[in-house]
Amino acid sequence: MSQTTWATNPSAMLLTVAERAARRTRRSGRRRLVLLAGLAMLAVAIVATIGAPLLISQSPTALDVLRPLAPPVASGHLLGTDQYGRDILARILYGGRIDLAIAFGATSVTLVFGTVVGLVAGYFGGWVDNLIMRIVDLFFAFPFLVLIIAIIAMLGPSIFNMFVAIWITSWVSYARIMRAQTVVAKKQQYVLAARALGYGRLRVMLRHILPNTASAVIIFSMVDAIGNIILAASLGFLGLGAQPPTPEWGTMISDGQSYILSSWWIATLPGLAIVFVGVAFSLIGDGLADVLRPGDR
Amino acid sequence: MSSDEPPRPEPRASTEPRASAEPPASAEVRAGAGPDPLLTVRDLRTYLATGQGVVRAVDGVSFTVGQAEVLGVVGESGCGKTVTCRTIMGLMPRRTAYSSGEVIYHPRGDGSILDLSQAELQKLRGAQLAMIFQDPMTALNPVRSIGDQLLEAVTAHAKLPRPRAHDRAVDLLTRVGIPAPGRRMRDYPFQFSGGMLQRALIAIALASSPRLLLADEPTTSLDVIIQDQILSLLLELQRDTGMSMILVSHDLAVITEVCDRIIVMYGGQVVEEGETATIITAPAHPYTRALLDALPEAGRPGQLTSIPGKPPSLIDVPAGCRFAPRCPLATDKCTSWQTTLVEAGGLGHRARCWRHGEIGGAKA
Amino acid sequence: MSRFGTLPRRLVHLVVILFGITLVTFFLLRLIPGDPALAILGSSYTHQRATAIDISLGLNKPIWTQYALFMGRLFRGNLGYSFFYNAPATTVIVQHVPPTLFLVVYSAVLAGLIALPIGFISGLRRGGVVDQASRVFFTVSFAMPAFWLGIILLLIFSVHIPVFPISGFGSGFAGHLYYLFLPALTIALGFATVLVRSLRAATIATLQAEFIDTARMKGISRARVLRRHVFRNAVLAVVAVYGVNLAYLISGTVLVENVFSLPGLGSLLVNSVSDRDYPVVQGVALLFAVLIVAINLLTDVTQASLDPRVGQEIGE
Repeated sequence: MSQTTWATNPSAMLLTVAERAARRTRRSGRRRLVLLAGLAMLAVAIVATIGAPLLISQSPTALDVLRPLAPPVASGHLLGTDQYGRDILARILYGGRIDLAIAFGATSVTLVFGTVVGLVAGYFGGWVDNLIMRIVDLFFAFPFLVLIIAIIAMLGPSIFNMFVAIWITSWVSYARIMRAQTVVAKKQQYVLAARALGYGRLRVMLRHILPNTASAVIIFSMVDAIGNIILAASLGFLGLGAQPPTPEWGTMISDGQSYILSSWWIATLPGLAIVFVGVAFSLIGDGLADVLRPGDR
Repeated sequence: MSSDEPPRPEPRASTEPRASAEPPASAEVRAGAGPDPLLTVRDLRTYLATGQGVVRAVDGVSFTVGQAEVLGVVGESGCGKTVTCRTIMGLMPRRTAYSSGEVIYHPRGDGSILDLSQAELQKLRGAQLAMIFQDPMTALNPVRSIGDQLLEAVTAHAKLPRPRAHDRAVDLLTRVGIPAPGRRMRDYPFQFSGGMLQRALIAIALASSPRLLLADEPTTSLDVIIQDQILSLLLELQRDTGMSMILVSHDLAVITEVCDRIIVMYGGQVVEEGETATIITAPAHPYTRALLDALPEAGRPGQLTSIPGKPPSLIDVPAGCRFAPRCPLATDKCTSWQTTLVEAGGLGHRARCWRHGEIGGAKA
Repeated sequence: MSRFGTLPRRLVHLVVILFGITLVTFFLLRLIPGDPALAILGSSYTHQRATAIDISLGLNKPIWTQYALFMGRLFRGNLGYSFFYNAPATTVIVQHVPPTLFLVVYSAVLAGLIALPIGFISGLRRGGVVDQASRVFFTVSFAMPAFWLGIILLLIFSVHIPVFPISGFGSGFAGHLYYLFLPALTIALGFATVLVRSLRAATIATLQAEFIDTARMKGISRARVLRRHVFRNAVLAVVAVYGVNLAYLISGTVLVENVFSLPGLGSLLVNSVSDRDYPVVQGVALLFAVLIVAINLLTDVTQASLDPRVGQEIGE
């Protein structure tokens, strides 16, 4: 916000403005790179965790009894060892399998279920909508983590129960977003036209509304994936997720907390792995937002 | 943004002509502009940097507004009318909008006001130059009361004690025809209708008695009946205060009803200017002629003619006459012609067309 | 027209939600597979104790009778008996409230202090240094688990540069402020990410609004336009985001209390899970839910008192 920039000479001004315009064009091109960078980082994480046995020879559970708490690089362990002499790099790579599985497994199920529920609520309206949205409100009344912990408390701590707890609670965000989108879309010309043509409800919802509204939930699912990874790690950290000796990023950080004064690498390095994957999803989300909804920024 | 002002050119004698690519088209004394000019715009250009390229929103516009004159600016949307007004007010974004040329506000001296500092510009705004905007529904802050926003304008240039400022605000609301002004001061914009909001905005614009009012499509978003009320209010206030007014509209009917003189804009340029009577009876540019033909006439119901084609993109500006692609009279010469405004006969009547003599008066 | 036009409807809504919350917490116990008495007692299982539990939970009665009993106890402030602490669950929970409450308010204030200037400046000078730097910083911090960030902050500010204590709650108001600074900062950084993003977007949107042109046209100073029109409107737009995300902040509290060994509800919740102290788990969940409902109500009231449009039927 300011006054107009004044130039002495119109032809010199044209050059300046042209240069500015070109810089803007380049900037919008650079945004696509964000998406590619995120995808590349995620690909690296997936390949490294799945292909861990091919990349490194150490086992995540093998004890190097002679070298516990070994610092990185020295002693043949690239990222050092933990209190039992287990290789940190191996544990990070194998442990990532659980966290990535949560990112994909928990997120995809809740994405699909929540989207369908939101679509139905928004499209049908009336008491169906009312009932569904009151249930959604109810879930939102609890702090997410507290509800998950309470459910796991009752079911007992395990990786599978962690999935169950997320499935039970986390579809509600998608339902809320999708419902809002559907309510708007329902009044749009293309939907009215499809209904006037006599298409069935299912066809209108899936073929007309969904393709035009899905971008919001898809972009949100990237944020949600980060949330789920952090959740899995948090539950591991609290001892409510993966159980020892299974390697998992959160449990590793929890293990390392006791040794934080002497051996900083045990707790910090798995956290960096979480940040790496999280930033990857963040960049994909930002990039998708630019590609799917240009003009939003 | 204000802290990093770009280097400003050295101030220089106002008699020295500015360097420009094209000589100012209408720098000479103009007979039709009335006795005393209030505002002179010379070879104004405003270019915008966008991701799609350079938009030449205003490309060499010159005109003069006389004291107490009502000047009409007409043209299709996207022809540079709004950008011209906003550039005069210094309301274009610094980072994307660049201007050259001169805007001279005569009571302030012969210097251009385009390169004023933020502080100097602030003294002019409201007090000397004011503007009302196209959509009254969005032109007021939704979370502050009407009275609050009006008081802000009343006290912007005059340090008044609160009760006196309040009285002045109520006076202003009364003058623009808002009933029960004392009570409505406390209302919020969402409690006002569109017409009432535009009245409130006029009150805000006139709060510090400016000498020039720029009205940018003030009636476009209103109902037809309200449109007439607002137009007559504006005219009445203009006559009472003796201020000058630039009325911008895409609607030639509105312009001819109200204005002393008209400039017609097309593709970021002035294509014709002259007294209202002259323009109506003897248009000298095919675009003006087309606008006139598009007017519904009392005697010929249902005979609406529209202008074929679209206004030109201001990014890739065609060489020669910008109207040529849509012009029924276009020849090869039109696309190669270095266009300038040429005298078209009447007093101060000029048009950017070399075939200005062949346009013809009334509808065929 | 009343400024709080839709508030009565909201209150009805509130009652429905509170009722739902009790239903959910009641049925939580039903999720326990097998014999709840066995799960609760674990190794201290005796037949007598099991019968006592069955009777106190009313497990021998039909489920709706059980719910009625649960509600009846709830109205008397009875959340059941903690076999682990050997005390009423209500007493145990109340003891753990102060640190959590202090931490929640502290981090909410801290998050506001961090996010308001950064979000506003990022929006004002889009693409500027502050905007670019905060974008990078908050993209990274958004991907950080709160408990890990807490450990890192401990490592830096308590171990390497020992300015803050490693754990504990401190005594007195100043003591709390000092002891809880790192935990509050940990939570606030996560919360600030969301706030900065939305305030930046709101500021950009407000700057482009036409009423800003009207304000500038009046000839008032730029500082005044920013303060009275841009900042005010942008912050108003973020009030709702602030309220909704306080739930996120409570999740952060649970984790961070465990990192910094604070004797709050979060630590209590996690410990009670491993101790299988189900009445306490149930009670903490209930309390947190009521807290969130209260925060949401407060957000609505704040919005209604700041924004004249809220609570009015706006025809669209």
